[in-house]
Amino acid sequence: MPSKIIIDTGNHIAGYACKAARAEVVAAYPITPQSPVVEQIAELIEKKEMDAEYIAVESEHSAMAALVGASLGGVRTFTATSAQGLALMHEMLHWASGARLPIVMAVVNRAMGPPWTIWSDLTDSLSQRDTGWIQYYCASNQEIFDTIIQAYKLCEDKQVLLPAMVCFEGFILSHTSMPVKIPDQKDIDNFLPPYKPEYVVDVDKPFTQGAIVSPDYYMEYRYLIQEAMENAKMLIPQIDKEYGKRFGTQYGGFIEPYRCEDVDLILLSMGTIGSEAKIAVDNLRKQGIKIGSARLRVFRPFPMEEIRKLTENTQMLAVIDRAISFGIEGALFTEVKASLYGEPDTPPCAGFIAGLGGRDVTFHDIEKIAEKSLKWLKTGKTSGKTEWIGLKEVF
Amino acid sequence: MALKELSKEECLLAGNAACAGCAAALSIRLTYKVMGSRTVFIVPACCTTVIESPYPHTSFASPLLNVAFETTAAVASGFVAALKRRKITDINVIGWAGDGGTVDIGIQALSGAAERNTDFIYICYDNEAYGNTGFQRSSASPYGSWTTTTPSGKKEHKKNFPMIMAAHNIPYVATTSPSYPLDMITKLKKAKEMHGTRYIQILAPCSPGWRFPTEKTIEMGRMAVLTGMWALFEVENGKFRLNNPSASLVDKTRRKPVKEYLRMQGRFSNLTKEDIVVIQRWVDDTWENYKKLHSDV
Repeated sequence: MPSKIIIDTGNHIAGYACKAARAEVVAAYPITPQSPVVEQIAELIEKKEMDAEYIAVESEHSAMAALVGASLGGVRTFTATSAQGLALMHEMLHWASGARLPIVMAVVNRAMGPPWTIWSDLTDSLSQRDTGWIQYYCASNQEIFDTIIQAYKLCEDKQVLLPAMVCFEGFILSHTSMPVKIPDQKDIDNFLPPYKPEYVVDVDKPFTQGAIVSPDYYMEYRYLIQEAMENAKMLIPQIDKEYGKRFGTQYGGFIEPYRCEDVDLILLSMGTIGSEAKIAVDNLRKQGIKIGSARLRVFRPFPMEEIRKLTENTQMLAVIDRAISFGIEGALFTEVKASLYGEPDTPPCAGFIAGLGGRDVTFHDIEKIAEKSLKWLKTGKTSGKTEWIGLKEVF
Repeated sequence: MALKELSKEECLLAGNAACAGCAAALSIRLTYKVMGSRTVFIVPACCTTVIESPYPHTSFASPLLNVAFETTAAVASGFVAALKRRKITDINVIGWAGDGGTVDIGIQALSGAAERNTDFIYICYDNEAYGNTGFQRSSASPYGSWTTTTPSGKKEHKKNFPMIMAAHNIPYVATTSPSYPLDMITKLKKAKEMHGTRYIQILAPCSPGWRFPTEKTIEMGRMAVLTGMWALFEVENGKFRLNNPSASLVDKTRRKPVKEYLRMQGRFSNLTKEDIVVIQRWVDDTWENYKKLHSDV
């Protein structure tokens, strides 16, 4: 059977990806804007289009706890959440990575309350960056599908054995329909064979999982997770490339560049701002401005080497964060500067905060960011500056 | 089931790190003897985290999963779903948690799992405080009892958690005590042979926390039952029934006065006469309710 094209929302596409990956246990709790993901999965299971156990747990904390149990039980697992739900899960995120469980979760990015909001920014998932989870960020519904399949391939690799979140912005992708190519199931099964756990709870070969360790042992467990992240760094581009070869869609591994050759300025962003930035780049290129855009696809492990390579030949880098780490700046901006520190001839970087709580970030805004950055470049007043875009007067 | 029918196999291994006279350790041993080694224990933060012994040792002869404090029943939900997917049907899955992990921080996950009638056995060994962290109050601590966070005595009565579990209409709820090993193994065996959510709460006297000599553990459990401070009952498919010796103590004149139990323990040493009256009244009121439920049988 050939692949087929369907038109559906990012949420439903995530549900189809979960089905295509043949996840066997799904435990989930509803939250806007994630709910249609789990509604879709519950419906697919009930209609017997998907063969899996659905556990309608009573909280997100229990959703992740149930997946920890299911994954220790040796099956492929999936869940999805947003914002407050992800924050409630926080403790269990550590439990999943610490137990080295290849759980995959869709995070439909939503800004954190209070004040109550249901619209998107990336602070919910970025604030989970130290939990030992791999973090992917998507810019289209096709990428949501492809990345969920890729994530299982990566997480279940015995050099990795870590969980991953596949993040995409609420409403902007979650509730927007786009055409998506769904590969033939047989081809997906070939790419992603059934899950064969390295360690599974077995009464005939008993072991204790997660027993208390003294300071003599703890550090080594942490080092092994760091090492697994390094291994993931090596595998992420390979898996993306292999996926592209088989199914025709790929995303440049860690960074998707757009017109980044012969540039004075590169705009670096994550998620859908990266798609919008392409329009701004095309418009500005028409005016003779040497500009490109790069979209970071994986935030953990953070691709420091790729960031260095990306910026080798640009005069300047503008980093756009749809998130804020209070008391400093956008998390992407911080990580980028850390990546460049100590390298010879690094370009100046400017940081921009945009689109918090779902405020629209249009190509006009991005063009303004570019113009401002180029002005700073000319006047030499650039380094380490952060500006909030579209901010209204605050009393 | 008779005691002599119990397995000779010891699955709680020698050299474990339990305190002397630990009723929880005794309960693990008896539980294993009924369940056998084809049993997976799911254990949150509690005294058993210590009893199981630190890495790289273990005192459990079958798999034990250490899980987050409030997640015993949720992890069990996922684990039994995985067993179902793998078509494994000959394993006992036991959530094994203390009273704090059950009646306080774990109540939400447990209520959820019970409402879904998750196919597992949940056993709460109730030492009436957070024993592992140095004996702070839990909502299972009795009125008047000293804990490190109720230095002058707890002002509230013990939460009647088995009845809360019974309100979930799960197939089986039981209370028991290792001081009555026949009662305990009978109930464990019954639970083992049923399906759906089964809940057992064990009163586990704690020598260092309750402040009594380590050789008095069994006597302490007996006195708890004979005074009515702890009642042995089961709720099987919705039917409440007191079990002996509790069944013979419905008439309050047959119960020993609570003060005989209270005076054996250092945690109650600061009780006033009025406090003892309050506790006696609480026991009598609780038993009025048990009496009604029992007579409906």
